[in-house]
Amino acid sequence: MSTPMVGWKDLPMAAVPFLSAKEYPTGEWAVFQPKIDESKCVKCGLCWMYCPDSVYRWDGESVPVPDLDHCKGCGICATECPTKAIEMVRI
Amino acid sequence: MVAKAIWRPDIKELARIEGQKRPVESGHRLCAGCGAGIIIRQIAMTARKPLVWINATGCVEVATTIFPYTSWNIPWAHNAFENAAAVGSGVEAARKKLARVNRFEGDPDVELDYDVIVLGGDGGTYDIGLQAISGAFERRHKIMYVLYDNEAYMNTGIQRSGGTPFGARTTTTPVGKVIKGKPLFKKPIMDIMVAHGIPYAATVSPAYWNDALVKFRKGFEAEGPAFIHAFSTCPLGWGSAPEDTVKIMKLAVETCVFPLYEVVDGEYRLTGPSVSIAKNPDRKKPVEEYLKLQGRFRHMFKPENKWMIEKFQEWVDRQWETLLKRAGY
Repeated sequence: MSTPMVGWKDLPMAAVPFLSAKEYPTGEWAVFQPKIDESKCVKCGLCWMYCPDSVYRWDGESVPVPDLDHCKGCGICATECPTKAIEMVRI
Repeated sequence: MVAKAIWRPDIKELARIEGQKRPVESGHRLCAGCGAGIIIRQIAMTARKPLVWINATGCVEVATTIFPYTSWNIPWAHNAFENAAAVGSGVEAARKKLARVNRFEGDPDVELDYDVIVLGGDGGTYDIGLQAISGAFERRHKIMYVLYDNEAYMNTGIQRSGGTPFGARTTTTPVGKVIKGKPLFKKPIMDIMVAHGIPYAATVSPAYWNDALVKFRKGFEAEGPAFIHAFSTCPLGWGSAPEDTVKIMKLAVETCVFPLYEVVDGEYRLTGPSVSIAKNPDRKKPVEEYLKLQGRFRHMFKPENKWMIEKFQEWVDRQWETLLKRAGY
């Protein structure tokens, strides 16, 4: 947070959020983050479905890829993975 | 009344569409393991038309739009607790009016064929927003109201609401010598909403995603107001482990604390795992399994408080029996 403060004239007309939350790295919250063992993954997509943070990128064919810049490390994907292919590792 | 052909969700197709559109972007500041994050994604991925999202005050509203960031790539409006359903009614009525006067005819930038979704927490639905919802349903506005029920005012610091279950520890119903958690039971919100005679009402547990997606889609397709009661685990307020979020959502259904059913034009129908429990009562798990994963019920496991678990179980059984009779089992 070293950027200079903006003046009131530079603010938008109302309190309308104008930046995408994608630019906010919630991945900094995490203590543990998922690591996928590609040999065990059966590509069922449950990790993608149950992720509260839309972190998993999955095209439906390949192994899902977590976006670690935004993963908060809740561990739902590791608990729900039917083949235990996801391991939570300390970062 | 509700669509004839049943839509079957294809997880791969949904993943591809979500990857392209990203209706709810990462980087919102809901807690790690929040159940509401799963619910908003599931609603957005079942939409068949462009969505207008009306959000009552609550965790989702506060956490997804912290200035200057927003998680939404779809039209979204913030409202006070009490008027979310009223704003939804207005947005829906505006479409009808604009289409009638051909205000935007031939304008490629304006799409008037949209769905209106109103999302409220349990505080904004059970307590504060109830009259606006009742009005919107009585006027038969074609909106889908989704209640994500995390069973207390989590956003403001875990105060009890009408949706808090018996015995739960909150900051306004602490566990002490006089009271041991909330002394009263949950408000029967589904019965209240069904009593409005709306075409579609359903309960949803996001852990059973197939069932949940079909119900959200039916809500969008209903010809009139639809009400969906979604169960949302709150790791912070419930004192549960973040990784157990989906497990608790499943256990709530398996113990019949939160049975899955839908009400189409007044007819009750059980869905998902609740059907197999109704046909095979041995599969119904005792409530202890659901309660023991949550810190807010920890005091109930002390020997002197055993009556609380029995009372909770008795309430669950009574609710389940009533539901079975209504569904014709």
